[in-house]
Amino acid sequence: MRALKGVSFELVPGEVHALLGENGAGKSTLIKVITGAHQPDGGTLEVGGVEVPGLSPSRARELGIACIYQQPALFPDLTVAENIGLRLKKPGLFSRVRWAGQRGRAAELLKRIGAEISPDAEVRSLSMPEQQLVEIACALGSGARIVIMDEPTASLTQKEQHLLFAVVRDLRASGVGVVYISHRLEEIFALADRVTVLRDGESVGTNPVNDLTESQMIQLMVGREVSALYPPAEGEPGEVVLSLENVGCSGSGVRGVNLEVRAGEIVGLAGLVGAGRTELARVLFGITPGDEGTMRLLGERVAISDPREAISLGIAYVPEDRRKHGVILEMPIAHNMTMAIHRKLFRGGMLRFGAEESLAVNFIRDLGIKAWGPAAPGGSLSGGNQQKVSVARWLATKPKLLILDEPTQGVDVGAKSEIHRIIRGLAKEGLAVLMISSDLPEVLGMSDRVGVMRGGELVKVMERSEADAATVMAAALGTGGTSGKEAA
Amino acid sequence: MNQRYFREWTVAGAFGLLMLSLLIFAPHFFQGQPLLSRVTSQMPALLAAIGITLVIVSRQIDISVGAQFSLCAVIAGLTASAGLPLGVAIGAAVGAGALMGALNGWLVAYLGLPSIVVTLATMVTWQEALRLWQQGRLIGLPDGVQWFGLGQASGQMLVIGFTAGVLIFSAWGMRNLAAGRFVYATGTDAEAARLAGIDPKRTTFGVFVLMGVLAGLAAVLNLVQSAQIQPNSGDGLELKIIAAAVVGGVAIQGGRGTLWGVLPGMLLLANVNPALTHFHQPPYWEKAIQGMVILLAVVADGLRTRKSSN
Repeated sequence: MRALKGVSFELVPGEVHALLGENGAGKSTLIKVITGAHQPDGGTLEVGGVEVPGLSPSRARELGIACIYQQPALFPDLTVAENIGLRLKKPGLFSRVRWAGQRGRAAELLKRIGAEISPDAEVRSLSMPEQQLVEIACALGSGARIVIMDEPTASLTQKEQHLLFAVVRDLRASGVGVVYISHRLEEIFALADRVTVLRDGESVGTNPVNDLTESQMIQLMVGREVSALYPPAEGEPGEVVLSLENVGCSGSGVRGVNLEVRAGEIVGLAGLVGAGRTELARVLFGITPGDEGTMRLLGERVAISDPREAISLGIAYVPEDRRKHGVILEMPIAHNMTMAIHRKLFRGGMLRFGAEESLAVNFIRDLGIKAWGPAAPGGSLSGGNQQKVSVARWLATKPKLLILDEPTQGVDVGAKSEIHRIIRGLAKEGLAVLMISSDLPEVLGMSDRVGVMRGGELVKVMERSEADAATVMAAALGTGGTSGKEAA
Repeated sequence: MNQRYFREWTVAGAFGLLMLSLLIFAPHFFQGQPLLSRVTSQMPALLAAIGITLVIVSRQIDISVGAQFSLCAVIAGLTASAGLPLGVAIGAAVGAGALMGALNGWLVAYLGLPSIVVTLATMVTWQEALRLWQQGRLIGLPDGVQWFGLGQASGQMLVIGFTAGVLIFSAWGMRNLAAGRFVYATGTDAEAARLAGIDPKRTTFGVFVLMGVLAGLAAVLNLVQSAQIQPNSGDGLELKIIAAAVVGGVAIQGGRGTLWGVLPGMLLLANVNPALTHFHQPPYWEKAIQGMVILLAVVADGLRTRKSSN
């Protein structure tokens, strides 16, 4: 899979250049290329008019490229001054640490960005926005000419945002080029001079911010036809399998979700990363049990506090990252497939390898899993086939409700349409399917109904006929129906 | 399959090679009664090694095994010397082991504390409590205890037979029981196991309890081999069995390893000393050679995983 293909991007000193795109459009990959974390396999990269081949992270730092990530990468057990000191200069192994100088420099940098943080504070004791300010101080102190900010406001309060904006404007005034990544269009309008939109790993255009309206930006982000062929829905959905009334979980920020999923129906859940979709799935499956609202399964009120309970009630959850906590790569795929049905398949606690193998052989055949046999370790399969093994594990539990979290992430095109066919087939057999996906065409192509989440809430549920890319994206960004208002 | 059980075969091969060279150059190593005695004396440690294998496969460690063993031995010894039947003494030792294991297990599984810290603390606690309580006294055992009152030859056969039975059942169970699968799943990816409806906490707790039970049984099998019992009879046992597990191919990061590797690993390390004697070499080399065997095993692992990940 190519994450980036032929991206052109240009940053001039003293500008704030916004980078915009859907989940997976290639923003993170582009940043990794600019900071030297990834090597591009084509094209050129110039800094200050000089081509730099084979950029490495340390070379990028020397060139004055600094990146502030959403999750600050500081040393929590060191003080602010020590963190800044470490970042500013790569010390020799035996060079003396000049404590007073280091502290003074840190204090000066923090003052410059208007941060009220003591240089002696341990980073562990700082809040997330304070840590981001420390990151910015580091970038400033290292004399960065290019500062990349990856969704810096994601965890900030309104007041902290304004402080951050002031710092960004300050940086711009001092001739620094700022690459600003955010999903919040209003921030882009408030802050950026130019905006480049990425889509499917390609740059689809760079424009001055004031030349575009919000809806035009959304159009640029999503503007593509649903090109792949999706298996069609057939028949009417049956009884309500899952019904949620005001379901929430204070721990993970899911609030007031109302939703019904019927047998034979695929409900897609769209939204930006961090909108609370996976969190909702984790509530439904009892990983982080909900503490508000009512959840009903086939009309019966249930309170699920543990995945085992969820499984016994007929819920299956195929988690987002199959490599992490999904398919166990060291284990044979047959073992992986029976992991959730030990109590059913092996009554009395004794394994029956014959039963296990025939179950695995059936799934390998039915789902078209490409593996040399039931004993093949999970790690020997391709991503798409691992995903099928993960699905098989849950189908083996004979669920009534199947929750899929990013079912085709990192899966190649061929396997993707196969997985789509499998999902539709399962719905046809009467399964209720809740599918989380950041792949907009997939959501639109697969779903009978589309729900959109933002900030932990389910903000919109649409029939397939009324859902299109622009309305879904607008709902996800929180600009539904007000396009252009903030732009003025 | 070959690749998968590579380690089991190599360790067994190394042990076989050692035996073969002894057979050729020092055949008196295989004299009946002394050999039987040597094998019997290794059985308690082998029992404990079964326990530690389960613990390590579930991605935990227990360094309090030696202290548990000592405490169980003293409890069994005192019970027996108080004139109570041998069965009661055995029950007391196993019960004490189970309780100590349950404490470790509860702290690790349900409070989420790191097992190295928990078992370090319980190790020191049991050791020091024992020292204060017994002050180094030897406990003389009544007549009926040695060899379960059966006489040496049949007693030895009973010890070996019992250990072999536990070993075979455990090895079979790790592969053929759902509980065994839970241990591997918990050790490889506890979160994935939880998502699949397996209870990793209960699995971890159970493994520690089993470790305690096996330490208690091991103490009993040790007890019956002598006329008196020292209060520190388990000192160093934990390192011995962890080393055996590591040499036998149990991955210290959990999820991988079989008892069919641990058995030759244990035998290989345990026979360094007698082999040195029979080759007429100074026995001081024992620890150094054992250390080298462990190092060799880990280095071989490191090279193999590096090759396969490249």
